[in-house]
Amino acid sequence: MNFDPRYSTRNFTAVGTRPIRPDGIDKVTGRARYGADFNMAGQLVGRILRSPHAHAKIKKIDTSKAEKLPGVKAVITAADLPDHTNGDAAMYDILDNCMARKKALYDGHAVAAVAAIDARTARQALKLIEVDYEVLAHVTDVDEAMKHGAPLINDAVFTEGLEEKPVKPSNVTKRSQFGHGDVHAGFGHADFVVERSFRTEQTHQGYIEPHACVASANADGTADLWVCTQGHFVYRQHCAQLLGMDASKLRVTSSEIGGGFGGKTHVWAEPVALALSRKAGRPVKLVMTRDEVFRASGPTSATSIDVRIGARKDGTITAAEATLRYSCGPYAGSWAEVGAMTSFACYRLENVKTVGYEVLVNRPKTAAYRAPSAPMAAFAVESAIDELAKMVGMDPVDFRIKNAAQEGTRSSYGPVYGPIGIGPTLEAVKNHPHMKAPLGKNQGRGMACGFWFNFGGQTCTDLNIGMDGSVSLAVGTIDVGGSRASLSLIAAEELGIAYEHVKAVVADTSSLGYNDMTDGSRGTFSTSMATISAARNAIRTLRERAAQMWDISVDDVAWEHGHAVARGEKHGNLGKLSLKEIAAASGTTGGPIAGHSELVADGAGVSFATHICDIEVDPETGATRVLRYTVVQDAGKAVHPTYVEGQYQGGAAQGIGWALNEEYIYGKDGRLQNAGFLDYRIPVCSDLPMIDTQILEIPNPNHPYGVRGVGETSIVPPLAAIANALSNAAGVRMTHIPMSPPRVLAALEAAREG
Amino acid sequence: MRYIRPLSIEDAVGTLASSARTAAILAGGSDLLVRMKGGFVEPDLIVDIKAVPGLGDVQETAEGFRIGAAVPSAVLGENTALKKAWPGVVEAARLIGSKQVQGRCTIVGNLCNASPAADSVPAMVAAGAKAVIVGPSGRRTIPVETVPAGPGRTTLAKGEIIEAILLDKRPPHAGDAYLRFIPRTEMDIAVVSAGVNLTLDEKGAVKTARVALGAAAPTVLLVEEAAEVLVGSKLDEATLERLAKVCSGACRPIDDKRGTIEFRRKVAGVLARRAAVTAYQRAGGK
Repeated sequence: MNFDPRYSTRNFTAVGTRPIRPDGIDKVTGRARYGADFNMAGQLVGRILRSPHAHAKIKKIDTSKAEKLPGVKAVITAADLPDHTNGDAAMYDILDNCMARKKALYDGHAVAAVAAIDARTARQALKLIEVDYEVLAHVTDVDEAMKHGAPLINDAVFTEGLEEKPVKPSNVTKRSQFGHGDVHAGFGHADFVVERSFRTEQTHQGYIEPHACVASANADGTADLWVCTQGHFVYRQHCAQLLGMDASKLRVTSSEIGGGFGGKTHVWAEPVALALSRKAGRPVKLVMTRDEVFRASGPTSATSIDVRIGARKDGTITAAEATLRYSCGPYAGSWAEVGAMTSFACYRLENVKTVGYEVLVNRPKTAAYRAPSAPMAAFAVESAIDELAKMVGMDPVDFRIKNAAQEGTRSSYGPVYGPIGIGPTLEAVKNHPHMKAPLGKNQGRGMACGFWFNFGGQTCTDLNIGMDGSVSLAVGTIDVGGSRASLSLIAAEELGIAYEHVKAVVADTSSLGYNDMTDGSRGTFSTSMATISAARNAIRTLRERAAQMWDISVDDVAWEHGHAVARGEKHGNLGKLSLKEIAAASGTTGGPIAGHSELVADGAGVSFATHICDIEVDPETGATRVLRYTVVQDAGKAVHPTYVEGQYQGGAAQGIGWALNEEYIYGKDGRLQNAGFLDYRIPVCSDLPMIDTQILEIPNPNHPYGVRGVGETSIVPPLAAIANALSNAAGVRMTHIPMSPPRVLAALEAAREG
Repeated sequence: MRYIRPLSIEDAVGTLASSARTAAILAGGSDLLVRMKGGFVEPDLIVDIKAVPGLGDVQETAEGFRIGAAVPSAVLGENTALKKAWPGVVEAARLIGSKQVQGRCTIVGNLCNASPAADSVPAMVAAGAKAVIVGPSGRRTIPVETVPAGPGRTTLAKGEIIEAILLDKRPPHAGDAYLRFIPRTEMDIAVVSAGVNLTLDEKGAVKTARVALGAAAPTVLLVEEAAEVLVGSKLDEATLERLAKVCSGACRPIDDKRGTIEFRRKVAGVLARRAAVTAYQRAGGK
């Protein structure tokens, strides 16, 4: 409705303050309801049978014994989830991932499921299901999967994006390319060239709350789903499509979320729970175990990346090139493509070329993980940039400043940048006291930059003003990091009332129009835009009601600091009317007052960050400890600075874990060896220092308050920042993530042996 | 599944001995409950020994210390006399699991779980600890290192329960230490570990030594050659180098998700050396 999203300067009252979040007390007292906290009378326990094989043909599944077990109410296989995807290949992959149809494609792939009266019966029933597998050769390594003669995961895959369609199928689903200029000529002008190959292992988002839902299919063809998700509207869409029902007949209510980081943007067990409920005629609760979470949900890509960068003696980069191979699990994806787009996004380059290859492997379907695909590319590029700066003889920060992208730079992935934060974050790092702090023995400092696109998307929001003048805000984007607080601040700011009088809730899918999920750092960016728009629509109504109360023209009524004010000579003697007064009279002036907004939030400003870290290496064990860590990132405008800092810190913590210890370890049998938090090592509190943050505010021209997304970028620089610090501390260049103690010790020993 | 909570050790032994089906002993439960939840074991009978009189006590006797089978690690950490006499054993017990697990887990459970990576076991082996076993045919006392038979297996017979761990009274100039390597700072399992226990003579030279390595072989290793290296020395640089080399050589480790053979070998030596230095200092050596 004629909403103008452009930025204009203003003095903020509520925005930029740090009130307590509305969900805070429930969370610290344990009252908050997460996915597994919902229960219904008569609900059954759902459990899933998973393939123990990395790759196997499913010849036959005999469920008859399980069905006869007393207490078992439903047993399903792929036959109970008929294909309604109607040629939509991506949806078919989701369907096949939820329940294997012809082949089990990874260790942990669902092959059948049961619903029983209790967990013990359900577990016993799983043991009674007989699956006749024909075990096939498997491949879990991204480079091995690309080799000629590697076991084929899907013989219908012919690489897309090649000049000629290949004659033979392969595990490479797609080739993509980005860049401009002539890299060959560019390298010809280089005085120094760094060329390196890097590997990163597969990581999981590591959310503490496992996937959990309660599904209730009703006799009239409608259904309800209570679920922990990052996007209940997307879950509704996907579940409805997979089950062959109208989206409007499936009502999805989201719970609080104990972490998602991209991993809860995909359906896994929810369609299975709905299918079980439909067959059993009773509600079914399905909660994944931690083992299942690791084996069958998440993870990110494992990668293999070659980088080549050249520079002149004066430090100007003349050419940059990267080839990126990303594992997708057994289904097509665009993970390498995104990696190829982000690789050199921080730099102003005349000649740049990146090529991405999407590679199928017998591992779980790759899912988004916080700035998906960017951390691995940044690890490779920022490691090489650091090495090149050393060869040129420049300080790594100065070298990056010299080559940093600016407003007007054509990015390596195509678009021309508006005002951006890479230069300012580098300048802030250069002047940060952290850069001058002394270092001890076996200690080193490193820094690195990171980029993320950010996303806007579809948003629908309702703002309702109660008769007491308090405001209910109903949003359709899941609150993963304090957005209910931020959006309440935005509503308070626009309406000119106190934060305490606004209460934001996440509404269910039957209460609002479609909302994209909370991904791409879009939650606060897009929903704040919709909230501002909804508030402005409400203000128009408030002005109309005041005009009516005063019996003057609405054109003579302005809205200032939470009050209607009459304008013009003839109305000068009218006292102003507060929002509360107008709301109290609403029953006689036209009924409830509300503001609604639906929009597509375009123009999510790109995001940049630069990180500094100090580490210490134990030269005898290879153990690396992070001593100090600083994040500098552009937020556009920090609506609630504490939660912006929380995003910076959380991303850095996950990046540190990824850099040092986290990895999927597969045995020769293709089975995951470490499906649990004991041997999949995310950092514990005592592993990390307090992560220091500095928020820069370079307004996004495409948001009324200048807001940019902040959720993802902070996971991008840590891998390289730590590798660069390690190189400075111990003189070894680590090219394989994670830099776990055995790998670091082996590198140190090799260096000592010369 | 049946759960019983006997009030005497004889009852516990009798119940276990006469049980026809799979039975498990429950003390802290920090291994058993995790294994049950993970679906690795489904015992038909659980015998909770926490109500057996005396099993929850740490007694200081004329011969040393008697630690009951149901004493949690946290309680060991609060026992000043025990900590003073056997700091290495206590610090090892206090590394098991997390703070929360410490309130439940026991060193006897740690021993009977028979993991080669069990934290308290190398420290107990280095300390020369003994296990008091009660079974259908009475009581016997054996060295701790003879309890584990291999990963997840013990030498205990059906119906046998370890009632207590015995630690000797300390002579003057004695000290022990335990170190493990984990990639994190806590809540982890040893990739490799070392326990060292020393007594010194009046001149500060090592009189007796025991060196044990964890996660370096299918069971905890008592490395006698390493002890021989230390005896008579004042832990000069050459001795420590030899100690590290002997310990690295004694390892029979595996490559697995937690570490490589090379890494375990190398770090076993590093940890033995570091633990020896600490034990020596604790014994009053300079």
